[in-house]
Amino acid sequence: MSVVSQPPPAQAQKGLFARAWDSDVGYSFRTSPVAIAAATVTVAIVFGTTFAEFITPQNPFDAASLNLMDGFTPPGEAGAGSGMIFRFGADSQGRDMYSALLFGSRVSLLIGTASVIFSLLLGVTLGLVAGYVGGQIEALIMRVADIQLSFPAILVALLVFGIARGLIHPSLHEQMTFVVMTVAIGLSNWAQYARTVRASTLVEKRKEYVDAARVIGLRAFPVMLKHVLPNVAGPVLVIATINLALAVLEEATLSFLGVGMPPTQPSLGTLIRVGQQFLFSGEWWILLFPSVALVTIALSINLFGDWLRDALNPRLR
Amino acid sequence: MTEPLLSVRNLRVEFPTRRGILTAVDGVSFDIAPGEVLGVVGESGAGKSLTGAAIIGLLDPPGRIAGGEVLLKGERIDNLPAEALRRVRGKRIGMVFQDPLTSLNPLFQIGEQLTETIQLHTGMSAADARGRAVELLVDVGIPAAERRIDAYPHQFSGGMRQRVVLALALAANPELIIADEPTTALDVSVQAQIIALMKKLCREHHVAIMLITHDMGVIAETADRVAVMYAGRIAEIGPVRDVIKHAHHPYTRGLMGSIPTLTAESERLTQIPGSMPRLTAIPAGCAFNPRCTHVFERCCIERPDLLPTERSQVACWLYAGDMRATA
Amino acid sequence: MIAHLIRSLLQGILVILAVGLIAFSMFRFVGDPIASLAGQEATDADRAELSERLGLNDPFPIQFARFLGHAAHGDFGISYRQARPVADLLTERLPATIELAVLSALFAFIVGVTLGVYAAINRRGLVANSVMVLSLIGVSLPTFLIGIGLIYMFAVELRWLPSFGRGDVVRIGWWTTGLLTETGRKSLVLPVLTLGFFQLTLIMRLVRAEMLETMRTDYVRFARARGIPERRIQFRHALRNTMVPVVTIVGLQLGSVIAFAIVTETVFQWPGLGALFVNAVQFVDIPVMAAYLMFVAFVFATVNFITDFIYVLIDPRLRM
Repeated sequence: MSVVSQPPPAQAQKGLFARAWDSDVGYSFRTSPVAIAAATVTVAIVFGTTFAEFITPQNPFDAASLNLMDGFTPPGEAGAGSGMIFRFGADSQGRDMYSALLFGSRVSLLIGTASVIFSLLLGVTLGLVAGYVGGQIEALIMRVADIQLSFPAILVALLVFGIARGLIHPSLHEQMTFVVMTVAIGLSNWAQYARTVRASTLVEKRKEYVDAARVIGLRAFPVMLKHVLPNVAGPVLVIATINLALAVLEEATLSFLGVGMPPTQPSLGTLIRVGQQFLFSGEWWILLFPSVALVTIALSINLFGDWLRDALNPRLR
Repeated sequence: MTEPLLSVRNLRVEFPTRRGILTAVDGVSFDIAPGEVLGVVGESGAGKSLTGAAIIGLLDPPGRIAGGEVLLKGERIDNLPAEALRRVRGKRIGMVFQDPLTSLNPLFQIGEQLTETIQLHTGMSAADARGRAVELLVDVGIPAAERRIDAYPHQFSGGMRQRVVLALALAANPELIIADEPTTALDVSVQAQIIALMKKLCREHHVAIMLITHDMGVIAETADRVAVMYAGRIAEIGPVRDVIKHAHHPYTRGLMGSIPTLTAESERLTQIPGSMPRLTAIPAGCAFNPRCTHVFERCCIERPDLLPTERSQVACWLYAGDMRATA
Repeated sequence: MIAHLIRSLLQGILVILAVGLIAFSMFRFVGDPIASLAGQEATDADRAELSERLGLNDPFPIQFARFLGHAAHGDFGISYRQARPVADLLTERLPATIELAVLSALFAFIVGVTLGVYAAINRRGLVANSVMVLSLIGVSLPTFLIGIGLIYMFAVELRWLPSFGRGDVVRIGWWTTGLLTETGRKSLVLPVLTLGFFQLTLIMRLVRAEMLETMRTDYVRFARARGIPERRIQFRHALRNTMVPVVTIVGLQLGSVIAFAIVTETVFQWPGLGALFVNAVQFVDIPVMAAYLMFVAFVFATVNFITDFIYVLIDPRLRM
């Protein structure tokens, strides 16, 4: 007489969020206070900068709303001219540092995100081409990628900036700064994507389903794409996150060097550049708060990216 | 009976994970006599390699020995402090791994790696150690040993490398060598050479071998006794001839039936339906019961101990005194 | 092995040529050299004559070859902005940047390897955690903020060290060095720390990761199985294997330290090539930009080649 063992009861179908929460990645997130803190800070910053107009007491880049007598008000005190309380102090023109922070962060984040999208698209495309086409083209793309990786991004960005400046008519300089910076920073960061995507493409290209597709008359490339993209989604996401922090810092560096966003539409880098002038004269708040904001943004994104990389890496579990 | 060289009693190896504690080796017991070759065979994931690693104290964390004892010549070694255990390794118990290419440090000449081990355990001078290293290389069959001792690992072929690895494992004259899949990464023709070499070394140096493999052919060639492992437990253990020709445990029978031979009369290979259970879902009672064709009620409730038959031991309720007649 | 080295050499030459092409293209297509050199009052006839004299009417490949020939002699023409030969500007500012770059690289290497090895061995200790925190901060703190921070702490508050410039320098031939004077040495401290910090965090992380990876290999496991003491495994076996990829990667990074110096030089008003380049970008001073690019490419290619050479020496698998 034999006993037949029962199959386990079918699991109830869970919603997408519930499944994500239960997954290994979700578990890793839930139990990592660092990841939760970093994500919270990042979300708060994004929220704050998006709705900056509504949150801040003043639009610091609307000249009409400034009162020169407010200049150099220390943090927490009321301005001599308007009587408004300046939470983080006021700069030489009477601009509220808190407001300037939010607006500046917005510019920094916008440029950062735009450049990340640019380098992602460029890098992924080049990686796909290199992996699929192979031969000389692949060798060329990869060699350029290698060189791009070992050259500091600053140099590439500065170079692009210089050339753009030479090519664009001076009257258009200010308006084009945003675009130029996006392209400059984007061009200095695409290689990582290309490498990862190419590696994945090479692996997929050798698999038999590609040949099988060709045999039955399908075009191999779209078939392969369908398999490559899900495979690279994870690593590309990690690269993009860490790249975002890098792009924000690069933008800040360029602005600091004086080749970035102008003081009329400043990013955090520009604010720091302006603030540095007052380092020796004692108005420390003009320099400190934009610096702290910049580091906080970069740190949160980096921490989140680090956690994401560990969570998505099967080998580390 | 002579005192066993190695005695493993109720060894249990656990892995704490976030899904709970997984028991990868569950109550394994066996002895190895001096100079004997014990084969440990089973599918991937049965716990063979972990047993070997646990014996020599090289379990990768978070794995740990959670119970049982390991005795070397009557003395416990599983609870030794790290430094004492290190002195046991190499000198009394050696270990050989599967892939000879990755087992050797590519940046050091094999002579350097040999003399280092020899000097460490015997305190010989550099010149003496080098002489002994050459002897060892000759012993394992490396041609032109005097010259090749200064070569780097990548300058040897796969089979030669495994010989070098064996030489390294023997360098300090251990009494037992644990060989974890020593032939799996080699070509079939080279496998035969390495097996012959291991048998020769076992005889000449009077060293016992715990031969872990999934290849029954190697066991049949080399081992004196064999233990069949399943889901972290021993299903059957006994003299090689007995287990192979007169397998008792239904799992072992299935294994033997699934090996293609040139002289078999039947046309189909036996398949055991299903697969070995995952560590998170080991059945109650006998771990093999969901797949067993002879299963009955007791199998699903009570886990069988190793019960004696004429020459072997089987962990199967079919062989409990009252059931023997129906086996 | 020889094939490997020759390939490396060719690649280096290719890089220099490619960068040369970019630099030359800048000359031809960006800005108007005629306008810059001839001035605003020049007539059309003047411009045409200048054009002919500068050889701007010759075909592209010939102009490119001429450009490269001049570059090989260190002749990049006249700076648009400063009306001096670019070569003079380069030689003036080169020592400042080289000193800074080399010292910071040494600092980063020595401290980085030490901390990285320590963090890999004592995975849970205080040092290991500090190392991880430090490297995380290092990636989130832009170089210029580090520079500003250090200036604030040591120059403004504590007043121990100067906040800008090289201090007094000693001239030896065409080289100037700050290492022989006290103010020179003091002036070097903060910039070296700043430029070295980012490299330090990179090296630290790399060494730690490689060392951990090495400690997980089969040959380390086998060494343990032979009873070799852990310390010996760490420092004689694992460290050796770790240094092979570390040396190559660090070597590759070294080639571009000079370019990394751009930001540091700006923060500390260090009179080096980097500051020169930023200035050139702001004013679209093409000759200077081109010269800087070529120089960086040259250093990059040379250091890469030397690194490849060293790599072949230390890894026996390549010595066939």
